[in-house]
Amino acid sequence: MKALINDPEAVVSESLAGMALAHGDLLQVHTDPSYVLRQDAPISGKVAIVSGGGSGHEPMHAGFVGLGMLDAACPGAVFTSPTPDQIVAASLAAHGGAGVLHLVKNYTGDVLNFQMAAEILQDQGVAVEQVLIDDDVAVQDSLYTAGRRGVGATVLAEKICGAAAAEGMALADLAALGKRINGQARSMGLALGPCHNPSTGQEGFQLGEQEIEFGVGIHGEPGRERLAMAPADTLTHMLMEPILNDLPFHPGDPVLLFVDALGAIPLLELYIVYRAAEVVAREYGLHVQRRLVGPYMTSLDMAGVAITVLRLEADLQRWWDAPVCTVALRWGL
Amino acid sequence: MNYDTETLIAWLRCIQERLAQERAELDHLDAEIGDGDHGSNLSRGFAKVAEKLGGRVSESPGALLKEVAMTLISTVGGASGPLYGTFFLETAKAMGASATFSAAELGRCLKSGVAGIQRLGKASAGDKTMLDALIPAVDVLASQGDVAAAAQSAQDGLAATTPLQARKGRASYLGVRSVGHADPGAASAALLFACLAQRDI
Repeated sequence: MKALINDPEAVVSESLAGMALAHGDLLQVHTDPSYVLRQDAPISGKVAIVSGGGSGHEPMHAGFVGLGMLDAACPGAVFTSPTPDQIVAASLAAHGGAGVLHLVKNYTGDVLNFQMAAEILQDQGVAVEQVLIDDDVAVQDSLYTAGRRGVGATVLAEKICGAAAAEGMALADLAALGKRINGQARSMGLALGPCHNPSTGQEGFQLGEQEIEFGVGIHGEPGRERLAMAPADTLTHMLMEPILNDLPFHPGDPVLLFVDALGAIPLLELYIVYRAAEVVAREYGLHVQRRLVGPYMTSLDMAGVAITVLRLEADLQRWWDAPVCTVALRWGL
Repeated sequence: MNYDTETLIAWLRCIQERLAQERAELDHLDAEIGDGDHGSNLSRGFAKVAEKLGGRVSESPGALLKEVAMTLISTVGGASGPLYGTFFLETAKAMGASATFSAAELGRCLKSGVAGIQRLGKASAGDKTMLDALIPAVDVLASQGDVAAAAQSAQDGLAATTPLQARKGRASYLGVRSVGHADPGAASAALLFACLAQRDI
């Protein structure tokens, strides 16, 4: 497999070094342990929002570090959660005296490492709250699995909690807000082809020429089933139906519709999916108030899309619209 | 046979060497039902452990394994970092300040380590995890004081994961598709006990 890398062991560190050079106005990159910090951190009196996870999902999370969103991000090895020392160092560097909110995607590794970090931080007298994101409806059997996975709602929670924190919301209220966002967002994705891990050189999974993985996870985890390839409108409809029925959303609900490219999917095709998703949403009776379309939570070079629908009440919409200045999201300035 | 700091260092070096050799094999096992990096992640962690072993001969076994735990926690990542880290940390705590251990005493300390993994990961025997190799191995070692029998139990436990359906970790998302593959965590756990037995220590 071909990849634009130098050394499989240095993929993450060299990428972060490039990010530091390209975006030094927005963020600082620290090494040993590695974390990405907002340039003007810590912000005194503001709750620090910290997230993290395996690398390979760029721009999530480091691309969301900056005004109105994350104070720090902890990038792990490719598809491997960060370690507690990274999370502790990032949290301490971002801590402005008002506590730290961890936004954690529900994967066993992330949960365990963030849990250990929170215990260490609490021992040092830092107030920490954690919000677990688990919005992937592809996982039906939560009892006999590690539970639903955290996917697209993570991006939305980072933006909305980031805006509320910038307004001065207290730690406990931010944790409640994060849980509320997770509770009213649902997601699902599909893959036309696998991703390739540049560190191991491995393909995540194999699909036949006319096969898709329906309900795929962002590390190439299997979804609900393998299906035959079909037109974009059909596949989009098949993704939207379980998303809308799971919460369930009700006709008349205001929503944010997020159509995410998982890596190797052209924007040309992504907008075809977006078109179909908005048609389905309208036919269902939803009021699409805000939209996000693009590669915001990727899975290396996976050819695929994921859709997230969030019920967007007026307060959430106001925080969504609030100013943000990060590598990947920038508006309202 | 007694175990002291020197023998435990030999054990850890064996683990590091075998992981370096079998890294691709473990990655491949993980690729079948997980994300294909279990060997790489553990190998990175134990390489760091091996770097630190040189100057540790004068420490107690407990202090040595505590350092191992902290190194694994800060270098491995994923679920296996905290889980193996906790294994060595709880083992170290159970060792206290003693300088030597019989095989059965070591087994009882490792049993505390396994209990730590169960508490943190909330998994049980039969969930198709590292515990399926670890639980029988530490039970045999603690009760019989026989490292060869313990290593065999770990190996049997690993083999027994193949027909199981995963209920924890990333493999659980495969549901019935996880059946027919050995669990990579159980494979690395069996490697730990193989080293304990293989090493003429």
